Amino acid sequence: MFATAIIVFREILEAALIVGIVAAATRAIPGRTRWLAAGIAAGLLGAGFVALGTERIAELASGVGQELFNAAVLGIAVAMLAWHNLWMSSHGAALAANARSVGGAIRDGRRECSVLMIIVGLAVLREGSETVLFLYGIAASEGGASWPMLIGGLAGIAAGITVGYALYAGLLRIPLRWFFAATGILVLFLAAGMASQAARFLIQADVLPSLANPLWDTSALLPQTSLLGTLMRSLMGYEERPAGMQIVFYVLVLIVIGSGMKWFNSSRPERPRGATS
Amino acid sequence: MESSLTRTLSLNLAVAAACLLLVPAPALAAEDEIKLVIQDHKFQPTELVVPSGKKVKLVIENRDATPEEFESHALNREKVIAGKSTATIFIGPLKPGRYPFVGEYNEKTAQGVIVVQ
Repeated sequence: MFATAIIVFREILEAALIVGIVAAATRAIPGRTRWLAAGIAAGLLGAGFVALGTERIAELASGVGQELFNAAVLGIAVAMLAWHNLWMSSHGAALAANARSVGGAIRDGRRECSVLMIIVGLAVLREGSETVLFLYGIAASEGGASWPMLIGGLAGIAAGITVGYALYAGLLRIPLRWFFAATGILVLFLAAGMASQAARFLIQADVLPSLANPLWDTSALLPQTSLLGTLMRSLMGYEERPAGMQIVFYVLVLIVIGSGMKWFNSSRPERPRGATS
Repeated sequence: MESSLTRTLSLNLAVAAACLLLVPAPALAAEDEIKLVIQDHKFQPTELVVPSGKKVKLVIENRDATPEEFESHALNREKVIAGKSTATIFIGPLKPGRYPFVGEYNEKTAQGVIVVQ
């Protein structure tokens, strides 16, 4: 039961943290709750389909379809997170100053909301499909479903959602002055971590060379199965034995999105003049 | 508003272009192929010997009806294998050593090790 809870918790955690961060980062956008709920629902539905089609997907591209599928899902998520951060860099100040009744901002906000829906939906889809498969495996194993294991699975789901909610509630306590900078940095590292994961899948599929395998080994220092390691892995893509190519992807995404955020911030037409604190 | 949108778009395109540039054609070199079977939530054989410094194609056949996840932190690999199906995982080139792996969904019984020499 405990082992089941841990496995499900690990699968759920990343999606829960992503939902928590995105929900916090967009708290000033009108109507975002409905979009987030729609994203989660679509992700769950998609997870069911992906789980059903696992065998079909795996057979594609001579046996590496699953890797290509995961890399594509991660790649889209990285692009969407990049869009979100750039959008926030140019609108964050206006949102923080409560100037959201401007017509243009709302029209733009709707596009931003659909981006959020995709980010959340993809996170739930990716992590959810493996959870569905795992729970199906338990239910279908000989002797039928074992209740302690199913209860363990549910406990794992509950624990993952709790940690995601705790992150959300914790982020909301950050003073507004630093809030958008903080969530922006979180999203930036989230995107870099996903890019590194995408690279790992492409190496596993033999589409990319590993360059160095591994580049370093910190498994003795901070095992990625430990609680801190798991959190670091979900939040910023920590891996104990990354390939060189993963670090190339990671750093590249950090630089591209980071410099984009800086550019948008400095080229913002109306800077908040003498903002009242 | 318009200009910021164009800027975002061109930036997105730049990212896409950078990604394309980074993807080379699949390697042509022939690699060693090694077979592994999952049956009754156990790996057969439990120990595989592969040469060091070479890329190896690991072909895993899951004969069980339930899915399994091949996972190895030492190899930095994980892959879900549906019930009654076969999956391919590329590993290496690796340094000599022992690289344990497990079936995450049945970690108690599904254990094995790849020995690189």
